[in-house]
Amino acid sequence: MTVSSGHRKQNREIEKRSGTTGNAVVQTEWHHRHLLDTDILSREEIELVFNHATAMEEILGREIKKVPTLRSKTIVNMFFEASTRTRASFDLAAKALSADVINITASGSSVEKGESLLDTVLTIQSLGADVIIMRHQCSGAPYFVARNVKCSVINAGDGWHAHPTQALLDMFTIHKHKNGLKGLKIVIVGDILHSRVARSNIHGLAAMGARVIACGPPTLMPVAGAFPAVKFEYDLDRAIQGCDVVMPLRLQLERQQGGLFPSTREYSRMYQVTPERLSRANPGAIVLHPGPMNEGIEISPEVAHGPQSVVEEQVANGVAVRMALLTLVLLGTSYGSFGK
Amino acid sequence: MAEKIIMTEADMRRAISRIAHEIVERNQGCQDLVFIGMHTRGVPLAHRLARRIKEFEKVDIPVGALDISLYRDDLSSRGLQAEVHPTSVPTNIAGKRLILVDDVLFTGRSIRAALDELVDLGRPYSIQLAVLVDRGHRELPIRADYVGKNVPTSRDEDVAVKLRDIDGTEEVVIIRESR
Repeated sequence: MTVSSGHRKQNREIEKRSGTTGNAVVQTEWHHRHLLDTDILSREEIELVFNHATAMEEILGREIKKVPTLRSKTIVNMFFEASTRTRASFDLAAKALSADVINITASGSSVEKGESLLDTVLTIQSLGADVIIMRHQCSGAPYFVARNVKCSVINAGDGWHAHPTQALLDMFTIHKHKNGLKGLKIVIVGDILHSRVARSNIHGLAAMGARVIACGPPTLMPVAGAFPAVKFEYDLDRAIQGCDVVMPLRLQLERQQGGLFPSTREYSRMYQVTPERLSRANPGAIVLHPGPMNEGIEISPEVAHGPQSVVEEQVANGVAVRMALLTLVLLGTSYGSFGK
Repeated sequence: MAEKIIMTEADMRRAISRIAHEIVERNQGCQDLVFIGMHTRGVPLAHRLARRIKEFEKVDIPVGALDISLYRDDLSSRGLQAEVHPTSVPTNIAGKRLILVDDVLFTGRSIRAALDELVDLGRPYSIQLAVLVDRGHRELPIRADYVGKNVPTSRDEDVAVKLRDIDGTEEVVIIRESR
């Protein structure tokens, strides 16, 4: 039943009692002021993100791709490390929600003059930021910032640690193709040790009940016990057998200290996702890549641009997922007027 | 809480029939008509109106669904509803005569949000509003073109429309908070 009344509390109670319509009934509320990693999210909260992202997709399909939801909110993109897609994606997401966006990069800002991270973010806060979207080369930097500011912080990648929005867009892409994540066999291939994308995906996928297999050279695997829910496998041909999703990671040459694997040539011979290897996966298996791709190293060009690749879709889904996250962090039911 | 029935199943059926006829009469036929139901209960009501018109005019009128969550004016004070439905409007609405359908007309604020969203989707020829119940207390200069029943209410009462597809029963009730 629908209710119209000035009595908000009663309204809420009635809404709770009668539930809502639609196929996936979402009962949970959003309780996070910051989004720093996926390890804080429950299955219900991840489904709430998917629910909102689906509504955002419809907006992105319109001729006028803009809704007034975050009018008068200021979103600051603070990128201390190179990024094309994540930054552009957040920028588009914020603009589609009518927020004002400020972009700050380390080069060309006062950071070059030696300003500390704390001073930089406090300055940005004083300018009236409602959300700081932050990428930093140091693991944990967004946590430090979140402890010291009153506005929301979204982690857009910190060192080797976490990249929650990438993980959520990967999961949303899989969810759309496979109609859910529970029970899927998902192989993440490559440098798991240095990959924030892998870590955030592992936490989120585990919450959703997927079976995750991490595959790569033993020297690029985290210590045993780091991820109890994950199975480790060193032979890609065996790992890929009967899987539903293959996710090669970019071999991050900038994060290699050297000596962890003999050569990129040997790496690609053993761990490149090729059409032959992909043929061992389940029919209908999909291939994701967080980008940017090193074609010919971790993924062959035939796979990267083949029929099973959903890489371009990931980019489009990224905008919808980030719109959902910005809205939830700023207007999530339990925060309401938070911040201002 | 005390509940009082103000429309029975038969009353609702007759009101929907009458509105269906009024819509066809006022628009001199069904040319370019599109129904837009507002989530949640406006959507099944819009489908019922379309079905009723199909029975006597033998014309299929497209039905869309609108979720105004992202256009509400109380987002920053009340926050977002947990669930958001995607808006789905079947045809290009440019040049169409839209009939916006909702269950209860109260302050008019959701209708304001719906008008904003519809204008973002295209430039319709006209937008008309059909509601099952008008309970008064408008806060904006908005009125309905088609009303099932005008119900004088006090502000601390609730009006609840129950539909079989969603609530299992078919009636309209006034709920008075007991104190």
